[in-house]
Amino acid sequence: MTPRTAIQIAAGVRAGTLKAADVLEEHLARIDARESDVHAFNLVMTDQARAAAAAIDAAVAAGNDPGPLAGVPVALKDNMCTHGIPTTCSSKMLQGWKPPYDATAVTRLAAAGAVAVGKTNLDEFAMGSSTENSAFGPTRNPHDLSRVPGGSSGGSAAAVAAGFASVSLGSDTGGSIRQPAALCGVVGVKPTYGYVSRYGLVAFASSLDQIGPFTHTVEDSALLLDVIGGHDILDSTSIPAPQPSLRDAIKQDVTGLRVGRITDLPEGADPDVAERLEAAFDALRAAGATIVDVQVPAFSYGLSAYYLIAPAEASSNLARYDGVRYGLRVDAADTNTMYGATRVAGFGEEVQRRIMLGTYALSAGYYDAYYGKALKVRRLIADDFDRAYQHADVLLTPTSPTVAFPFGAKSDNPFAMYLCDVYTIPTNLAGHPAMSVPFGTGAEGLPVGVQILAGTLGEPQMFRAAAALERAMGVSK
Amino acid sequence: MSESQGTTGSMVYKAGAVTGDEILVDGWELIVGLEVHVELATATKLFSASANRFGDEPNTNIDPVTLGLPGALPVLNRHAVELAMRIGLALNCTIQPSTFHRKNYFYPDMPKAYQISQYDQPINIDGFLALPGGKKIGVERAHLEEDTGKSTHLGGTGGRIHGSDYSLIDFNRAGVPLVEIVSRPDIRTSEEARQYVTELRSILVAIGASDAKMEEGSMRCDANVSVHKPGMPYGTRCEIKNVNSIRSLGRAIDYEMRRQIDMNEAGETVRQETRHWNENDGRTHTLRSKEDADDYRYFLEPDLVPLDPSPEWIQAVRDAMPMLPGARRARLSASTGQPADAEAVMVVVERGQDDYVLEVAAAGGDVGRALIHVKEGFADEGAMPAVPAADLAGLTRLEIGGQLTATQAKTVLAEIVANGGGDAAAIAAAKGFEAMDTGALEAMVDQIIADNAAVWSKYCSGEDKAMGALVGAAMKASQGKADGKLVTALLQAKRTA
Repeated sequence: MTPRTAIQIAAGVRAGTLKAADVLEEHLARIDARESDVHAFNLVMTDQARAAAAAIDAAVAAGNDPGPLAGVPVALKDNMCTHGIPTTCSSKMLQGWKPPYDATAVTRLAAAGAVAVGKTNLDEFAMGSSTENSAFGPTRNPHDLSRVPGGSSGGSAAAVAAGFASVSLGSDTGGSIRQPAALCGVVGVKPTYGYVSRYGLVAFASSLDQIGPFTHTVEDSALLLDVIGGHDILDSTSIPAPQPSLRDAIKQDVTGLRVGRITDLPEGADPDVAERLEAAFDALRAAGATIVDVQVPAFSYGLSAYYLIAPAEASSNLARYDGVRYGLRVDAADTNTMYGATRVAGFGEEVQRRIMLGTYALSAGYYDAYYGKALKVRRLIADDFDRAYQHADVLLTPTSPTVAFPFGAKSDNPFAMYLCDVYTIPTNLAGHPAMSVPFGTGAEGLPVGVQILAGTLGEPQMFRAAAALERAMGVSK
Repeated sequence: MSESQGTTGSMVYKAGAVTGDEILVDGWELIVGLEVHVELATATKLFSASANRFGDEPNTNIDPVTLGLPGALPVLNRHAVELAMRIGLALNCTIQPSTFHRKNYFYPDMPKAYQISQYDQPINIDGFLALPGGKKIGVERAHLEEDTGKSTHLGGTGGRIHGSDYSLIDFNRAGVPLVEIVSRPDIRTSEEARQYVTELRSILVAIGASDAKMEEGSMRCDANVSVHKPGMPYGTRCEIKNVNSIRSLGRAIDYEMRRQIDMNEAGETVRQETRHWNENDGRTHTLRSKEDADDYRYFLEPDLVPLDPSPEWIQAVRDAMPMLPGARRARLSASTGQPADAEAVMVVVERGQDDYVLEVAAAGGDVGRALIHVKEGFADEGAMPAVPAADLAGLTRLEIGGQLTATQAKTVLAEIVANGGGDAAAIAAAKGFEAMDTGALEAMVDQIIADNAAVWSKYCSGEDKAMGALVGAAMKASQGKADGKLVTALLQAKRTA
């Protein structure tokens, strides 16, 4: 069997000891065996992937270096544009639409020698926490097929957990990488806002969306971010400053690192999850870190602010799906009726709910009370975090209040579903980085993730802490 | 952006905003503010690399950003910002840190279903435009925004979307950079409105910001019109759209003013609404009332960062500014002694020939005569006439020296222009032109009076029209060598004597 981490695969392929084609076939074989159960993908790009792997092997044979991700099979969340390949956002609205361009992150992966194996399932337009909102059916958790993989990037998390791809990309607007990473037992990173270009990422909430990796190991996530991160002239919000290598950062241990415990964190984490968080504090203390108490009073307002800001932006971002230029069109007697019929037929229930919420929050007469107030809360949260980061380098919280839950457990209660993201959302509002690291198991042997948070561009410290937790768990490479 | 200007009809008159006497029509004063959109003369669009070019094959200047494809992001065009700053500087605005908002509404030719526009923090604020006569019209703001695509509605009635069979959309125009220049409601007559737009157009062309062609839509003008009685609050305003020429602007404002005055006098209430100018029937028609207005749900565009030009950048733009039409007129006025809004000064500056007139003066010519000759004889010569300045200077010297009459000078000038230059003295000599001296002229005038006694007595009894016949007789008798102005002056002197 070939190795499973990107670091090992790329090293073998670059050294000529491993064929990209063989690596790919092994992953395709696992897809053949289990994809019908897991449903991680909206599209498996078998032919394109074989061509790409062959090209990598040819390059190596010709004495060229295909790059730091040479031959690494990667799965892409199906809200990232891929040139000539359908990009659906798991919505009927975009079914069949083929972008005429690649997302910047996709371009950078390919340039580094990665092999795209498929487009992964998600909650429609990335709105949800279980991947049950996909128009093409849910993804199942590879650890327990009766349970959700989390969401919205459930397909990308499941693809890595099931061995369908060595690594994958997801997007995180309120926890959509970290929560499924926790529920599927893999590493998932939401970088600082602007760390990775959003060009070609189909927007949900533009001021919150970030692309990030799912991997088996912390070092693989560091490698992926080193490849896809960095300024992009096509995204005005991407950070112009050069980014230090995260693979270098994790070589440093956590001696002297100040790890904060948020004493006023909203309650609600299940006991098994809370127990793993305590174990994580202990592990970091044992590794040489200092544990400090901090307060982030506005943390608990995050969820409320998020469910005004994100839907408001979504109502605008999703207005372009009007049936005029691409995607679904339901014909009608006049333009306005066509708009309505198309959008009712094309969008699922949760998407429609958020468009209406957001439209209301921005409306004349309600703007100040809702959207305007949410923006003020957003600033408060960022300020509170900044104060906390004067005393701590990173903060530790649960990623998700629970382990993976059964299908249907929350799908009839939007608010219960929204609570899945209570610990992840404030980070997005502040624009800060955060990541989930698998840290043992909870109830019924299901994976539990611990979330590490850091201030703006605090990725190096965050990755140091993550690597220490990984070492404490004795993760095999 | 109609929202930006006084939103209600009860806006209080700002003392000192306008100086001079009130101009009343049946006791009512007209209040006009103009919103002018200009397309910027950039090579590419406001937020993408597609070409900004008028008249190309439809849907050829497009890309993912222009079409609002999923995942595409806007990137601000630096040249567009620079042209917007030039406009701000030319209109005496303050350039300030600014932001972009999304203006959300559905329309088929609006690819993202929102327009990216500056809203509460525009790049340029608080300026003014000085009309040629000196009156200053306040400029509230001049902000950047993107244009929409262009719809053509076919079948059905009237080229409107409602009732049409189908529509064609050209996205070449979508994303073209616009600056919207919003005046304060300082305009009091349709003539001032025409002057404002004419002057604005000259400025925009002079600074290279836009070709500002109303007929091609690269300059578009909406008028906010209301009437009130002096001392009373401003009346309810109506916004007039679809004004496609400067002449139409004047007609539309005059029509709308009359309509509102008539309604007020009949005891009716003017409703706040958007009205459509119909060139064919010369009237404005209701397009939509205030109640039907969209709620645009403005919010800060999260895909762009704030725009904060450095002082060095602003200074570099300022240093590169050309001389503006107003300054050119002032310069020509100072040299010629003509008022800055004299027709000759206006025309010559508009044609960009003022530098040439000053060159003629520098070459030893008479600047006043040069101004008249360039205005009259150089209409087709452009900003850099072929005639060497020294040649025109020579002609004016002959005139001033009394060696050529105005009529003779005109003939010589025509030949110089036709040949792209020439020595005025040589041409005059070849044509046998020599001016009559004053003594001979006076003798001839006396003879004319004697020969035309009846006409002369009519003239003396106050019939000024009789003068024409006497001057004509003099010109005939002198075979065109007499100076018409001198003849006139002599006749006037003899009548009063």
